[in-house]
Amino acid sequence: MNYIKAFVFSFFMIGFVNEMSAQDLKKGKHIYETRCLVCHQADGGGVPNMNAPLDGSSNVVGNDLARLVRIIKGGYSEKIALDGMYYSNAMTANPDLTDADIANVLSYVRTSWSNKASKVTIDQVRAVKNKK
Amino acid sequence: MKNVKIFLAFAFIAISVIANAQNNAGLKLPQGFKATLFADTIGSARHIAITSNGVLFAKLMYPNKAGKSIIRLEDKNNDGVADNITGWGNYGGTGIYVKGKSLYATSDNDVFLYELNDKDEVVNPLSPKTIVKGLIAKNQHASKSITLDGQNNVYVNIGAYSNACQEKDRMPGSKGMMPCPILDSAGGIWKFDGNKENQVYGDGIRYATGLRNVVGLDWNTSTNSLFVMQHGRDQLNSFYPTLYTDAQNAELPAETMYELHQGDNAGWPYVYFDPYQKKKILSPEYGGDGKKEGGENAINPTVFFPAHMAPNALLFYTGSQFPEKYQHGAFIAFHGSWNRAPLPQEGYFVAFVPFKNGKPSGEWEIFANGFSGLSGDEKVKNPRNAKARPCGLAQGPDGSLYVSDDNKGAIFKISYSK
Repeated sequence: MNYIKAFVFSFFMIGFVNEMSAQDLKKGKHIYETRCLVCHQADGGGVPNMNAPLDGSSNVVGNDLARLVRIIKGGYSEKIALDGMYYSNAMTANPDLTDADIANVLSYVRTSWSNKASKVTIDQVRAVKNKK
Repeated sequence: MKNVKIFLAFAFIAISVIANAQNNAGLKLPQGFKATLFADTIGSARHIAITSNGVLFAKLMYPNKAGKSIIRLEDKNNDGVADNITGWGNYGGTGIYVKGKSLYATSDNDVFLYELNDKDEVVNPLSPKTIVKGLIAKNQHASKSITLDGQNNVYVNIGAYSNACQEKDRMPGSKGMMPCPILDSAGGIWKFDGNKENQVYGDGIRYATGLRNVVGLDWNTSTNSLFVMQHGRDQLNSFYPTLYTDAQNAELPAETMYELHQGDNAGWPYVYFDPYQKKKILSPEYGGDGKKEGGENAINPTVFFPAHMAPNALLFYTGSQFPEKYQHGAFIAFHGSWNRAPLPQEGYFVAFVPFKNGKPSGEWEIFANGFSGLSGDEKVKNPRNAKARPCGLAQGPDGSLYVSDDNKGAIFKISYSK
């Protein structure tokens, strides 16, 4: 009996976690559309020579989360070399985004278009922020 | 069998050439105009210039795969396709201008001068004269465009390294600096002596100010004055969502053409030009609300165009090959927008404005379209999907118009015959 209860409970939990995750991605998508899309574009393709692409970007799907968090929070004003191209436009800082917002928007861009990287949790965002 | 293969290969080439000629290299042009693909994939071809012998030079934004950044193209058999392509230079940049046997080219910091021989081959590829050096280049709007007047003065655009001169660039809520300190060394056109070596800021004069970024500029020989195309500011809605909607941002501010005289001020960053109110409106970073006017001392545009289309080249047509309507008029290469998103993008074409007696004499119109490679009237949604982006213009000695593309590096040659 307990066994069945546990089974039902864990089934419910999986559904709950999936639902949470879908909500988070939805929130991430909203942040993307209101803050990022104007430069990085609807297809994540960026603008040649100006705004770096996120779709297929080795930085975005890579493992240097600390760098991604830093750029989202603080903006970026240097010319960046990425996957054999250069991008020169300045990126707006987003100091008002919470750790949860950053986790959500990063999860969204890392799993959208052709990107198939892992999602990012609030704990991971906190951890890389505390490292500095 | 071998002969058949060779025959097929030749037939294929012949068909390709004919197809290229028949479909006008994919361009849509007015009646009577034809286009050929003069060159393809030479590298990110920014501005172009042509000698009196018809030799074309293209400046690349970055050195191409062969490590060259100035490309020389010649069409020896005169079939509309370059058949002799060479290059030199190892620095990226936008500006190039040819006057007689003098070839000027720019990096983001300098203006160089090369010498051409009788065949328009470069004499000193490794040792150009440095005409101007030490110009400001801070990533944003760093490229230097140039043109010359009849007295060998060189006019250099020095773009503002900022969107709207905020204390913190592109930061929501950050105020505009008053006065804008960027204008001392950028955000305008500087004039230098085209013959004198090693000039720095102090040797030149700030010819005109209040220009956020100019990429296309040309000396109009009929008015004997400088005309420029400004790239208007970005992101009104992202920074001021309570003042501007996405739809308004997509249409504001106008891209503007100015006729400049020494000492002129075009108003950036304090004002922008609203194409609907037809007024200079105070920028929100300086207390504007979308309606308050400003810029009492700033000049008005000669012509204005829809927002964000990114005018990257301007050329006053001085030839006689094109019909009378086009003579003395202005061609503008619109690189194509990105900051109209989420709305569809605009531009990606060459526009034309008729001029009479030095003034616009009619509405602007699209002259050459189809660079994006999309079918029919489909608009570019995402800039990376555009096949070609018009960036440079040059007029050949026979009056043909050449258009460069900095995406894949195509050069289109547009000609007219009755």
